[in-house]
Amino acid sequence: MSASTTPTIGPAAAAAATGADLDARPFAGASRAGRWRRTGERYLLWLFLGLGSVIMVGPFYWTLVTSFKERRELLAYPPTWWPEVFTGVHWRALNDLTVGSFPLFFRNSLFLTFTITAITLLTSSMAGYVFAKIEFRGRDRLFWVVLAMMMIPFTVTLIPSYALMADLGWINSYWALIVPIAVNPFGIFLMRQFMFSIPNDLIDASRVDGASEFHIFFKIVLPLSQAALGALAILTFMYQWDNFLWPLIILNDPEKYTLPLGLAQFRGRLGTDVGPTAAGAMISVIPVLVIYAFAQRKFIEGIAMTGLKG
Amino acid sequence: MTPAHAGQLPIGKPGKRGGRDASQRLFLWATLLPMAVVFVVFWIYPLASGLWGSFTDWQAFQTEQEFVGLRHYRNLFRDDVFLESVANTFQYALMYLPLSIVVSLGLALAIEASGRLRSVFRTIYFAPVVTSVIATALVWKWLYQPTLGLFNQLLNIVGLPSQGFLQDPGQALPSIVLYSLWKNLGFTMVLFIAGLNGIDRTMYEAATVDGANSWRVFWGITLPLLRPTMVFVVVTGIIETLQVFGPVFIMSSVGANSPPGGPSNSTMVVAVYQWTVAFGQLNLGYGMAMGIVLFGIVLVVTLAQSRFLRNSMES
Repeated sequence: MSASTTPTIGPAAAAAATGADLDARPFAGASRAGRWRRTGERYLLWLFLGLGSVIMVGPFYWTLVTSFKERRELLAYPPTWWPEVFTGVHWRALNDLTVGSFPLFFRNSLFLTFTITAITLLTSSMAGYVFAKIEFRGRDRLFWVVLAMMMIPFTVTLIPSYALMADLGWINSYWALIVPIAVNPFGIFLMRQFMFSIPNDLIDASRVDGASEFHIFFKIVLPLSQAALGALAILTFMYQWDNFLWPLIILNDPEKYTLPLGLAQFRGRLGTDVGPTAAGAMISVIPVLVIYAFAQRKFIEGIAMTGLKG
Repeated sequence: MTPAHAGQLPIGKPGKRGGRDASQRLFLWATLLPMAVVFVVFWIYPLASGLWGSFTDWQAFQTEQEFVGLRHYRNLFRDDVFLESVANTFQYALMYLPLSIVVSLGLALAIEASGRLRSVFRTIYFAPVVTSVIATALVWKWLYQPTLGLFNQLLNIVGLPSQGFLQDPGQALPSIVLYSLWKNLGFTMVLFIAGLNGIDRTMYEAATVDGANSWRVFWGITLPLLRPTMVFVVVTGIIETLQVFGPVFIMSSVGANSPPGGPSNSTMVVAVYQWTVAFGQLNLGYGMAMGIVLFGIVLVVTLAQSRFLRNSMES
């Protein structure tokens, strides 16, 4: 089910987990004479990029502001840029919807995303270690089979996977959302590339000392792999938090809905439910934006990592 | 297939096979066995049954399937909605991809040249990438609303007439393209920034000494050296756009219970039509055939364009 692997990472992502250093040096185009001219140009550039930033951030601002406006003010023309009266009514409405409730969706999303991310990190790093550092017959051939998994198209497997889940009795069950993606070929690939950089001497010395393979893996290899684990965690978390198509097909009990599914019920009711829609959208956007604000460098480097040497 | 890394494999202690430690054997089994089970049961088996199922009259909640040969494939080419969905999908990709590449490359260059504010701008333009597709698509759907939507209110304020946007069959698909551009711009931009930083700086210095202006430096040095990034962006872009589902599913349903793909099928893309056929009409076999045709299209286009891109940039 490649539907469930990180979306933007296709077979072409022959990425090397060497880390993308985006700040290494400023990109230098042709340098020009005349400092005054350069400063003038720079201010113009800032103005242009600043206007663009308004477009990028605008929708978030507008949604946040709207979620606090009174019903009457939502219909106002011209629109108000700041709520005249603040109200929490739309946010409270999310507790008790016709279908499910947002605190529940939020908990479900949190549980699923954390579980899947944790499993992905464990299986990917174990397999990455095996493929990078343990010798066994047929290893490289097996690794190519793993890579081939990334090329299985989800448009082909989506429907038969659904049929398989029906046979297993996993329709409407979280098992269907967790087990098929417990192993992630891209994650294995990323971790293997990274673990090549760990010196063999370190591992061999421990083996000679009689340390068990599990001890070596958990006490030596994993601590040294934090950079790659961080990138993989961010990518997996981002993707799972937003995963839509597969849960949409599998889950039909609103008690089990994730945030994207809970939100999607508003798609036909925007005319009447603008306030709750705005509040609901903010609930699914704010946590990620807050984490992003603190770790933006990690996010961007994680993404850049996937594209390197593509 | 030859392993590309075979030459670089760091060789561990050779010849230890006989004396393999018991814990190492356990570790191997604990890793490889679950991996094999998951791949075979949940990845390879569905692939095989999907290929097989496209030749049967598979209906949901039905155990017996009758073999119907190529009937679904023949029907696909007579199905007007399917043909329209293929056309719409290509239209979506052809609008989105060039726009996305030009705008994000321009942004990458601008942001890299913006000095002190570089990381501030990068953070801002990347922000939509980390947020939820469903949430932001809903927000944009509401911004596009005919009367209360912000876009039409802004148009009216500056004295322009209201637009139909998502409700207008002619504007619906471009409106979704615009949303996707906003959502994914930062992603492509970051790939280009990484590509730009990988370019050897001495190349620019040499060109400046030769007196080349920045326009010629861009076409002569920057763009050709960005080729690997460009190939990656185009290939992943094609794979993504030809299979687009989420934004269309959210933004294209007009009423409370109206099916996605409207108005009047103007935004019906293949993935959405497949969903409608398989999970709306429960016609699984037909949906599987559609999935295979879509995959064939993606494969052919990807191969064709990567060959084209390689040739045109090498010459």
